Amino acid sequence: MAEHTTIKSSDEEFKREYFYRNSEAEENREEENRAVIRIQSWFRACKVRAYLSHLHKKAVIIQKIWRGFAARARFRQMVKAAYFIMKMNFYEEMAVRIQRRWRGFFVRKYIHDFYARKKYLEGLLINNELMRRELDEIQDFQEKEREHLKMVKEQTAKIYQAHRLHHLMSTKQHPGVFNSPFRQSPHEMELLLREVKYHTPTRVTPRCSGCFLDISNSVGPTFSETLEPLWIKSTRACDLRPKLPPITSKKQQVKIAKPIGP
Amino acid sequence: MNQKQLVQVVDQYQKSRQQFVETVADLVCKPYNAQFLQDADVISLLCPLLCDVVPSIRQKAALALGRLADHNKNLAMAVVKADILPQLVRSLASQNRYYKKSAAFLLRAVAKHSPELSQVVVGCGGVDALVLCLEELNSGVKEAAAWALSCIAQHDASLAQSVVDAGAVPLLVMCLPEPELALKRIAASTLSDICKHTPQFAQIVVDAGAISHLEQMVLSQDSKLKRQVFSALSQISKHSVSLAEIVVVSKVFPAAIASLRDPDEHVRKNVATLMREVVKHSPELAQVIVNFGGLAAVVDHVSSCRGNLRLPGIMMLGYVAAYGENLAKAVILSQGVPLLALCLAEESEQHIKAAAVWSIGQIGHHTTEHAKVVATANLMPKLLDLYMDASSSEDLQEKSKKALKSVLQKCTYLPALEPLLYDAPSNILKHIVCQFSKVLPHDSKARRLFVTSGGLKKVQEIEAEPGSALQEYINAVNNCFPEEIVRYYSPGYTEVLLQKLDNYKPT
Repeated sequence: MAEHTTIKSSDEEFKREYFYRNSEAEENREEENRAVIRIQSWFRACKVRAYLSHLHKKAVIIQKIWRGFAARARFRQMVKAAYFIMKMNFYEEMAVRIQRRWRGFFVRKYIHDFYARKKYLEGLLINNELMRRELDEIQDFQEKEREHLKMVKEQTAKIYQAHRLHHLMSTKQHPGVFNSPFRQSPHEMELLLREVKYHTPTRVTPRCSGCFLDISNSVGPTFSETLEPLWIKSTRACDLRPKLPPITSKKQQVKIAKPIGP
Repeated sequence: MNQKQLVQVVDQYQKSRQQFVETVADLVCKPYNAQFLQDADVISLLCPLLCDVVPSIRQKAALALGRLADHNKNLAMAVVKADILPQLVRSLASQNRYYKKSAAFLLRAVAKHSPELSQVVVGCGGVDALVLCLEELNSGVKEAAAWALSCIAQHDASLAQSVVDAGAVPLLVMCLPEPELALKRIAASTLSDICKHTPQFAQIVVDAGAISHLEQMVLSQDSKLKRQVFSALSQISKHSVSLAEIVVVSKVFPAAIASLRDPDEHVRKNVATLMREVVKHSPELAQVIVNFGGLAAVVDHVSSCRGNLRLPGIMMLGYVAAYGENLAKAVILSQGVPLLALCLAEESEQHIKAAAVWSIGQIGHHTTEHAKVVATANLMPKLLDLYMDASSSEDLQEKSKKALKSVLQKCTYLPALEPLLYDAPSNILKHIVCQFSKVLPHDSKARRLFVTSGGLKKVQEIEAEPGSALQEYINAVNNCFPEEIVRYYSPGYTEVLLQKLDNYKPT
């Protein structure tokens, strides 16, 4: 019985204990639950953190290796490029030196050719001189022409005067105005008067003066000193041809003192 | 009265009219008579005679009125006021050639005085009538008509437009190959008067084929004809490069250069004008003319004549030299610079001096060589004098200042610059001292010369505002010399020395 009571009391105790413990447990269950949760979560967090840090470290290692690799590759590329650029610069500088020398030479020899310019200026001087000489010649020639024309005009005027003043010619008895006894030799007018043959004024005269002027015009640039007016006695071929007297009134006599016929 | 007496009465009237008209036509030749006759109102007496039955009276009446209008502007206006021009123009088409000649003479006498009178002539259809006259066969009529057209066209562009619109240009070009010298002269002068206004007219004249005729006439002997021909060519070529090129290509130039030795001065002047107009347009044309040897001829021409006739030659040298330094060198080698110095010394007219000064500036401003040639010809003091002279016109002063500045900027010939230090005003002085400051640092002989000739002393005496360009140049010049020398030549140094002497106590 004792055991029974003990069992019973222990049962009671047990129940009480059980109840107490349950109630205790029940009371603490929330808290413990929470604590457990906390602990578990903290542990899990630690685990995750450890895992993450592990991942991080590995990732960092991978990235480090990769970045080193990539950078070295880039660096090698940059070195290559820099080397290339240095080489190109060098070439370019050398090319510039060559081009500079060449351009200087080319420009000095061909474009701004000093000797060509010198020759040109010398040639210009020579050309100027030639031009001056040519112009002088032309001017002289034209002067001579004008002088000649003037002289011819004067000569014809004198002949015409002589023709008009034929009556002042000196005769055997009486010396004329132009043949003064105090002169050594007769005046040129006197000589002209002697040479000019008197023609009575017929319509012949204008024709003669007309054709005289024509002759002088055509002679023009190739002036010859053999020009003679028609009034002077001449033995030119055209005068040797038989000339018929003009059909005028009886009083006028045309004296042509040239041999008629060969 | 029988028939004979009636006829006698009419005859007598006709004879008296004839006599009146002939006497008036003779008297009117003298200017003082013309005034009296005008006061006696002879115009209204002559007007009805213009429509007279007898043609010779009509012609003489027109001649008398023409001579009257020829004398001065008032008489011409009086003739115009008498309102005879419209009926004159209308009757022109149907008359004989003497009348046409006198009528053309009358129109010319009226039109030549002023643009307004020419406008009146154009307004009553005078231009068409004159162009009708140009189609006549008689050369005297053509000459009178062409002369009248030239008097109308010479005043301004709108009148020339009316002449061209009436179709005068082809007829005038057809007059050019005619044998009569007077007609050729007048036709050339009319074409020149038409061309001078605008490029379009010049183009029209060239299109009508004038250039080939003009180039043949260049070889003629008559100097008045040559004057007009060269004047026409220069008016054509002055407008544009293409027209100038046409003139140059037409082989005019060798004959033109030969004509520079013609005894007639106006021919030479017009040839020089032609060359100037051609050279103005482009350096290639200038090169062509220089290669022809034109420079020598122009230099000879300018040295042989005086006064206004020199002006185109001088300007031509300036235009040639303006293009580049080798053309300027060509001008120098052709003795251009002594010639210009001579012109400056001889001429008294302001515009000729201005042109010479401008040409000198164009020659000298290219390089140091050119500036040296100008300086050695002793032109710098002359330019300075012209600039400083109060009696020079503004244009002359302006041009000499520009020329002086441009030549100074290249001039390194120091002996020529030194005399200028003394007289120049401050704006020119700046350039002179600048040149000194450029040359002196490099040349020791020049420095010695500068000191001994008193230039350094003068530079010290120049007062300049501190910080201005002049002061900088003075400092640059002073830096070329050791300090003692600079101090020695600075103004007031003797006083400083004497003061030092006063304060000195011998030990």
